Amino acid sequence: MNNEYRPYTLIAELTYRCPLRCPYCSNPVGYTGHGNEIDTDTWLRVFQEAEALGVVHLNLTGGEPLLRNDLEQLIERANQLELYTNLITSGIPLTFERLSRFASLGLNGVQVSVQSARSTESDRIAGASSFHRKLAVMQWVAALELPLTMNVVLHRDNIDEIEELIALAERVSADRLELANAQYLGWALKNRLALLPTRQQVETARTIAAQAREQFRGTMEVIFVTPDYYSEHPKSCMEGWGRRFIVVNPEGLALPCHLAHTLPGLRFDNVTKRNLADIWHHSDGFNQFRGDGWLPDVCRNCDRHTKDFGGCRCQAFHVTGNACATDPVCSLSPDHGFIESARRQASQSAGIPVLFEYRTGRGFAQL
Amino acid sequence: MTNGMTGDIARPQLSPKVRLRLDRRTSRYLLLYPETGLELSRTATEIARLCTGEWTLDEIAQYLARVHRETSLVEITRDVRDFLKTLAGRGLVQNFK
Repeated sequence: MNNEYRPYTLIAELTYRCPLRCPYCSNPVGYTGHGNEIDTDTWLRVFQEAEALGVVHLNLTGGEPLLRNDLEQLIERANQLELYTNLITSGIPLTFERLSRFASLGLNGVQVSVQSARSTESDRIAGASSFHRKLAVMQWVAALELPLTMNVVLHRDNIDEIEELIALAERVSADRLELANAQYLGWALKNRLALLPTRQQVETARTIAAQAREQFRGTMEVIFVTPDYYSEHPKSCMEGWGRRFIVVNPEGLALPCHLAHTLPGLRFDNVTKRNLADIWHHSDGFNQFRGDGWLPDVCRNCDRHTKDFGGCRCQAFHVTGNACATDPVCSLSPDHGFIESARRQASQSAGIPVLFEYRTGRGFAQL
Repeated sequence: MTNGMTGDIARPQLSPKVRLRLDRRTSRYLLLYPETGLELSRTATEIARLCTGEWTLDEIAQYLARVHRETSLVEITRDVRDFLKTLAGRGLVQNFK
């Protein structure tokens, strides 16, 4: 059987609602909080259809997935389907009792995000008082012997804290520490001026993370994700369009990545209207950037396209206006000048505080 | 030690974060852990299944040598140790250095 297009992971975005409002939020920028969320039965069916397609990993995410009160049912079903289920959360709102229930229903792991190693700074970036509750949640995860990933989105204001972040991860007994630089799409692109670190900041952090990776090998996995803006070549976004991942968004759209529906002219299907296998194999949206027929000449004439698949389609669109262009992060892209000028801007504005543009809270859960 | 035995008394055990499951699409076993997984060969699957915390490395190798008579104990011990080292490097097995 052909494994070239086989999804291994379903990313279930259960809701766009979230009590936090980080300036690099992964929600679509235009989201106003009025969309209808698909119901429990639909999710249960989607999990089953995903498993039949070959999915073995399930990420329950959002927004903030804890705001769904059917999370227990979803975890239980996922466990019956032998899906390796990871809860990706801010940790708010949660009680120890609810987390214990998740564990006993078969949850396999928890990823908690912190915005900074310092409480006031973390709360400022999150736009809500949350740091101390996150600490408690991470301690509960460890107490329940669930694997813990501590995730930090890095940007200009917190990237210099990398040693403190590593120490915090060690203190909460994390199994994995994800030091992931913001990628400049969606909200992060809107706030790029305030977020993009300088090359020097990135290099310093990368070196420290690499040392930690060796130091903790076998006990804590340390992952450092470079911002695309400082890579010479694009990464293989989602390991290739429609190859390994399916995202289902809160409204039921099945997507190759969580922002794919922000690209103009693409048609995506809703899981309430069409079976997931049919969508995966036959829908226009999923087939749009599969194979190499669509590749721009720059990529077609370059050996790297078998590894990076032309890079990120959303980045290509948001920078060049053309979703079929080479990812401008690539030094071979004709639009690479945009990335170079963003880097220059970052180095010139180093040290100058810039205000974040926050998502407004109307329609989101109040704490 | 002769016969390829290591004398190692530790009893390796898969980490709590690891799930071993059949991949119904390929009929091979997958070792799943957060964000990713490993597709195991038949031998690797046999070794992983014996990492229960009850067997020493030598006992695992001896057992496999009885099942795979065409392969020497020395070779099997080496394979088991290499595989466990790979797992340990990723934090997927406990009680093994």
